[in-house]
Amino acid sequence: MKHFRTPKLSLYALAFYALIMALSLTGLINGYIQHIINQSLIYVILAVSLNLINGITGQFSLGHMGFAAVGAYVSGAITTLVFKVSPEAGFAGYAVFVGGIVAGGLAAALVGVLIGFPSLRLKGDYLAIVTLGFGEIIKTVLNNIPAVGGPRGLLGIPKFSNFSFIFAAAFLTLVVIRNLVESSHGRALVSIRENELAAELAGVDTTRYKVLAFAVGAFFAGIAGGLFGHLLQIAHPTQYGFMGSVLVLIMVYTGGVGSLTGSVIAAFALTFMSEGLRIVIDSLAEATSLPIGGEWRMVIYALLLVFIMLFRTEGLMGTKEARFLVIGDPAKEGTR
Amino acid sequence: MSAILSIQGMSHYFGGLKAVSGFSFDVPEGAIYGLIGPNGSGKTTTFNLITGIYRPTEGKILLGGQDITGWKPYKIVHKGIARTFQNLRIFGNMTALDNIRVARHYNVRSGLLSSVLRTPSFLREEAEVREEAMGLLAVMKLDGRALERAKNLPYGELRRLEIARALATKPKVLLLDEPAAGMNPKEVADLMDLIRRVRDEFKVTVFLIEHHMKVVMGICERVKVIDFGETIAEGLPEDVGKDPKVLEAYLGKRGA
Ligand SMILES: Nc1ncnc2c1ncn2[C@@H]1O[C@H](COP(=O)(O)OP(=O)(O)OP(=O)(O)O)[C@@H](O)[C@H]1O
Ligand SMILES: [Mg+2]
Repeated sequence: MKHFRTPKLSLYALAFYALIMALSLTGLINGYIQHIINQSLIYVILAVSLNLINGITGQFSLGHMGFAAVGAYVSGAITTLVFKVSPEAGFAGYAVFVGGIVAGGLAAALVGVLIGFPSLRLKGDYLAIVTLGFGEIIKTVLNNIPAVGGPRGLLGIPKFSNFSFIFAAAFLTLVVIRNLVESSHGRALVSIRENELAAELAGVDTTRYKVLAFAVGAFFAGIAGGLFGHLLQIAHPTQYGFMGSVLVLIMVYTGGVGSLTGSVIAAFALTFMSEGLRIVIDSLAEATSLPIGGEWRMVIYALLLVFIMLFRTEGLMGTKEARFLVIGDPAKEGTR
Repeated sequence: MSAILSIQGMSHYFGGLKAVSGFSFDVPEGAIYGLIGPNGSGKTTTFNLITGIYRPTEGKILLGGQDITGWKPYKIVHKGIARTFQNLRIFGNMTALDNIRVARHYNVRSGLLSSVLRTPSFLREEAEVREEAMGLLAVMKLDGRALERAKNLPYGELRRLEIARALATKPKVLLLDEPAAGMNPKEVADLMDLIRRVRDEFKVTVFLIEHHMKVVMGICERVKVIDFGETIAEGLPEDVGKDPKVLEAYLGKRGA
């Protein structure tokens, strides 16, 4: 069999990092573009982790932003508390930040397991409804906890998220989920998507693996939420509602269900498109004085989703992966 | 007690429909036994009960003397019963190789952490699993297809792939639900050889459902006949083939 080494994911990642840093340092991309890139990378984390649940494992979660909310609030509460006590934390502050982000991810994973166990017996639409309900419940709960700001949101989160941190987190997410998928455990997850009964009869503890997919997916969503909080310096219940979950869902389906490569591309494309649309809609509203606003983006997304469902059900990439994202056999490219 | 699989007074109802009734059967180690009956007589349901997909309303299932009634399907697989499906259930978007590797999954030692870190012991085990799976594919003459998506394989190869997948779980008992369905006479003859070889090489006990009389007569050492969930005959294939009740059940229904 032909054996050739494929370029490593880390090489591409390093090149991307160096390029953006160079462009940023030389002023070729301004703070605004940099901000959108940072957001895109956070959406990479969200889309890739939702893909683990919906694409790789074939479940249908509609509440991914609920997990992000848990991460944003838990990590935000930790850092704001610490910095209220000692505002001049210096280098140790970063340790608190990283610790807070990880704690947020773990809290989200715990919530993922808690809602996963009772609901993963449900299939298809029922699971979608339960996860949708969960997302809304989280929002309502957060709205009613005065300690984290209630409807005002959690304010004054220190700004720790920057390009380097967010990039590192996105890279790690991609590596961990890719490595997971290309292992015995990952094959068990994919087999559930392909045929749950056959998976169980091939000896896979399907319940356990579905919960695992939920827990790992929720963990990374929690990380993404924490990064968001420390980027925007606020965690607000409305940031993590249904519309947000749908946006991530659209990224997964646009990119290709089961393709991590597709999720990465779609996260960037849709985040940039989202910004573009906001500008276009705002100037349209100004020029024509029509009562339209940023919310109209959702109409475009919905149309995009319908378009994909009708004309390209497999999304941009289908289940294919870019070669640099595959470690196994070169021929395995595109067999997920 | 030498029966590796022992089913005792097993019954199952779907609402008011008695799909399987008072089913008792002992399959000794190393045997090839058959289960036949007209369409809708409860054969697949019997397999679904043995593999834990349904829980029997009454009765017991013993594997190697241990009561496995009511166990979860994946636990029954771990304990040593594997099966194929009447209507193929293949992991279509996975490679032929990965279809096999999934079934080898349950006795993989590498945990999540070493998998994610791709530690040397993880890589060693992956290589081991891969080699084993390739070996199984070779036995089924599918090694040339290892890296193809399963859904692109022709029907006959998928049937073999399912048998290979079942064997990858290292079963003591192999249940085959109409393995010859849709095959031409040449393929049927090959299949009969294959089943015998599998029994000898993998030291499994085979219990199969089949409509092809040639297969039943050719390889089964003992046959049970059911109709409307009830046992109507049991014995050597040639005797059962002459049994008036069996002839009536088949002729009456099929007019063949
Ligand atoms: N899940 C189910 N719910 C309700 N009825 C069922 C179910 N599964 C099977 N049945 C019924 O039970 C009876 C036995 O079905 P079964 O599939 O076991 O037959 P079979 O002997 O395998 O037939 P065939 O030769 O066509 O494969 C049939 O009447 C069938 O309609
Ligand atoms: Mg049947």
